[in-house]
Amino acid sequence: MEFLTTMGLEVHCELSTKTKIFCSCTTEFGGEPNTHVCEVCTGMPGSLPVLNKQVVEYAIRTGLATNCTITQYNKFDRKNYFYPDLPKAYQVSQLYLPICQNGHIDIEVNGVKKSIRIKEIHMEEDAGKLIHDPWDDCTLVDYNRCGVPLLEIVSEPDFESGDEVIAYLTKLKSILQYIDVSDCKMEQGSLRADVNLSVRPVGQTELGTRTEMKNINSFKAIARAIEGERKRQIEVIEDGKRVIQETRRWDDNKGASFAMRSKENAQDYRYFPEPDLVPIEISDEWIDDVRKSLPELPSQKKERYLSEYGLPEYDVDIITGSKYLVKIFEEALNVCGEAKEVSNWIMGEVLRLASDTGTEFEDIKFNPENLGRLIVILKNKVINRGTAKEVFEKMFTENIEPEQYIKENGLEMVNDDSAVLAVVKTVIEANPKAVAEYKGGSAKVKGFIVGQCMKQLKGKADPGTVNKIIAEELEKL
Amino acid sequence: MDLSKLTALEAGKLIKNKEISVAEITKAALENIEKTDGCYNAFVSVCHDEAMKQADMVQKGIDDGTLTSPLAGVPMAVKDNMCTKGILTTAASKILTGFRPFYNSTAVEKLENAGAILLGKLNMDEFAMGSTTETSFYGPTINPWGENRVPGGSSGGSAVAVATDQAYFTLGSDTGGSIRQPASFCGVTGIKPTYGTVSRYGLLAYASSLDQIGPIGKTVEDVAEVLSAISGHDSKDSTSVNQESLKFNLENNVKGKRIGIPLDYFGKGLDTDVKARVLEAAKKLESMGAVVEEFNMPELEYAIPTYYIIACAEASSNLSRYDGVKYGYSSPNFEDLTDLYYNSRSEGFGMEVKRRIMIGAFVLSSGYYDAYYKKALMVKALIKQSFDRAFDKYDAILSPTAPTTALKIGENLNDPLKMYLGDIYTVSVNLAGLPSIVVPCGFDREGLPVGLQITGKAFSENTLMNVAYSFQQETDFHLKKPVIKTGKEA
Repeated sequence: MEFLTTMGLEVHCELSTKTKIFCSCTTEFGGEPNTHVCEVCTGMPGSLPVLNKQVVEYAIRTGLATNCTITQYNKFDRKNYFYPDLPKAYQVSQLYLPICQNGHIDIEVNGVKKSIRIKEIHMEEDAGKLIHDPWDDCTLVDYNRCGVPLLEIVSEPDFESGDEVIAYLTKLKSILQYIDVSDCKMEQGSLRADVNLSVRPVGQTELGTRTEMKNINSFKAIARAIEGERKRQIEVIEDGKRVIQETRRWDDNKGASFAMRSKENAQDYRYFPEPDLVPIEISDEWIDDVRKSLPELPSQKKERYLSEYGLPEYDVDIITGSKYLVKIFEEALNVCGEAKEVSNWIMGEVLRLASDTGTEFEDIKFNPENLGRLIVILKNKVINRGTAKEVFEKMFTENIEPEQYIKENGLEMVNDDSAVLAVVKTVIEANPKAVAEYKGGSAKVKGFIVGQCMKQLKGKADPGTVNKIIAEELEKL
Repeated sequence: MDLSKLTALEAGKLIKNKEISVAEITKAALENIEKTDGCYNAFVSVCHDEAMKQADMVQKGIDDGTLTSPLAGVPMAVKDNMCTKGILTTAASKILTGFRPFYNSTAVEKLENAGAILLGKLNMDEFAMGSTTETSFYGPTINPWGENRVPGGSSGGSAVAVATDQAYFTLGSDTGGSIRQPASFCGVTGIKPTYGTVSRYGLLAYASSLDQIGPIGKTVEDVAEVLSAISGHDSKDSTSVNQESLKFNLENNVKGKRIGIPLDYFGKGLDTDVKARVLEAAKKLESMGAVVEEFNMPELEYAIPTYYIIACAEASSNLSRYDGVKYGYSSPNFEDLTDLYYNSRSEGFGMEVKRRIMIGAFVLSSGYYDAYYKKALMVKALIKQSFDRAFDKYDAILSPTAPTTALKIGENLNDPLKMYLGDIYTVSVNLAGLPSIVVPCGFDREGLPVGLQITGKAFSENTLMNVAYSFQQETDFHLKKPVIKTGKEA
């Protein structure tokens, strides 16, 4: 039997506001346990929340960047459940009137374009972290993360393959980074995805029973979890059994998912409007102001790069796929004005060095303007391309200033033709055998002679000049 | 001179004029509590050392001119559901055993900044759930006006501490009548301000959308001064109204004031003496120049179910944080996490609190939300509209505070429904978020006080204070005192 897969995503994204959603504690990641806390985020008796306006602003940004309608009168609700990482025993979230609704994100998989609908985006607070201490066999709680603002971005069940899910997440991550609302570091948990998945035999119209897999924290793990769960559900159905609606935990090490709780045991969260907060009213002016402050988004950038710079679509997709590569591209371009050249450097050396050194794009340290200057230096033939690559590697790893580095290490090209001529003459004299072969018609020998000259010139001559002088000198013989 | 008989403003004046020192009056107040509270159990904890230390600091502030409030140096006490930095705060519940907050409630902080001296924390119904102060883990508070009478609740300790001259004024909290009904039962003056007038920051929440802190005192002037000190916007409470602290200009004048008497408040179930005293008070105001008129407010009959649904729903969520994990009582008997939650809460909460948590969890649970909670919110809106219509015609509404005077201890404790029905005249005021003041207006056949409830539209505290002040200028009910007992046992 052939099966179709249908998936929906719930993505939790930690916002990069300086302070928490309902108090002025820092949102900084890490820190000694329970040091970024106060009576509000630890839910001490009598404490009350006060909404951080920046969180609303970031939610509006995200809504506009994902084509949502902004709910101009929205409210918070309480989601009640007991767990030690949740000190108030309720999470302040939005159920009835979420801040953003009815958006979409456009993706492309293997040349096929598709629009994924976003049902809603709502604001909520994060919970703390439980840390199991195996030595004392006890569980400790760190409330530092409590009250860090989250957006939950809920898609419609529009995904039919793991590739679509990854394309959507990649695009979403890139948008969130572009508009500066989140650093989206999956390894630090600032971007987490829950996958709802169901399968059904081809020909069946109604969707199968879905399961939910929670908090999967890398794109690769998501791809594996989807494949694993899809297979499991198909096996269940082919065995003549029924898929149970339940929440499952994906164990990436074991490559399998495990049941956490079924629908029958599902929690009743007893949602009701949060009485400690007043409704949020968002004016047209506020939305307009946020809209005006939005940067150019990936899709808009792509169009512009294609038409304005005539770059290959593949290169443009890679560069506009990351706000950090865009930053390198635009700042370097500003200095040198050579779009094609900058793009080539990024597609070549930047990607190569990032991959070789295992550096994430956001952790790339060099000053992009230096790349622009390096390109100008290269264009002015102060150094040759080989040297430029060496200089760039130093820039990439140590963020050096190109001019200074070239000067200090004496890397400028020898632009004095007489100096080149002297070297060429020496090499010709020192290699009578090669010269004889050249005269005998072996063109390969010329390369050897060029190599010898460049070696003596320590690679600092313009290869064109060297070639020209060698040709002239050989002619004279 | 018996210092304890002074009003708060009189005491403040003597202190300002250096006729007595802050230490003297504080020491006298502490001794008085020591002497009398064995009979009344108004205090859950008395902070002797902190109060004396505070007295010295305040005296310095008064001497160097930095403390000028009329309340500077005046000893006070607050209900035990308001956080007091470093001082036990238990809401009269076992589950908060040993809890000392590291922050002050805004209302307490404001009073301390004005120089008032905190004597201790006052008894109450556990988590403010009750109308008799009998549900306290620390035992019932006793009404000084009669043998074996409850003081009302939940701010029973706050009313008794004033009625017995233990504190010059107190703070209570009012979710469904918890300031007004005990003020009525104990013959003192208390006001529940408009929702949002006093910051709720640091108040241990019972029902967040209804809770409001307010003062209890010996006279309207005292209460007005305290409300002025504790009101005003607080950036730490999103529901606090963006306004300056209230300023009152009291004058004895009710001429032309339009006063409505809702007939529905005087029907079946109302004690005849209470009815007579309230109607006499209306006559008195009429004789002073007010225009008194009867009208109908039929929505009253829905107030109690609406109140108990909303209050219990919010309480079930607000009280979930008391789980035995982080502070307060933690059951020593547990095998796993669920056990710890279950046993800590089962052993830590009293019967009435558990009852309300269960009602609240039920009305919010899926499948029942629309039928109960959502419907209650709709009725709440109707009740508010009904008050709005009344206030188009009237400056204030007069009514009884409770159907009876103070009950006997134990009388209603095991009949929750009967106890809930006793809240009939007070809860609708909270549902509509309105201000309402209670002043003594006489006594019943047994010599127990009757309180007159005067309710106004939102933010009409000044009108209410003036009507109440005028009434007190022309009557002496508020000057009558019970015989105060001393000794260890009631």
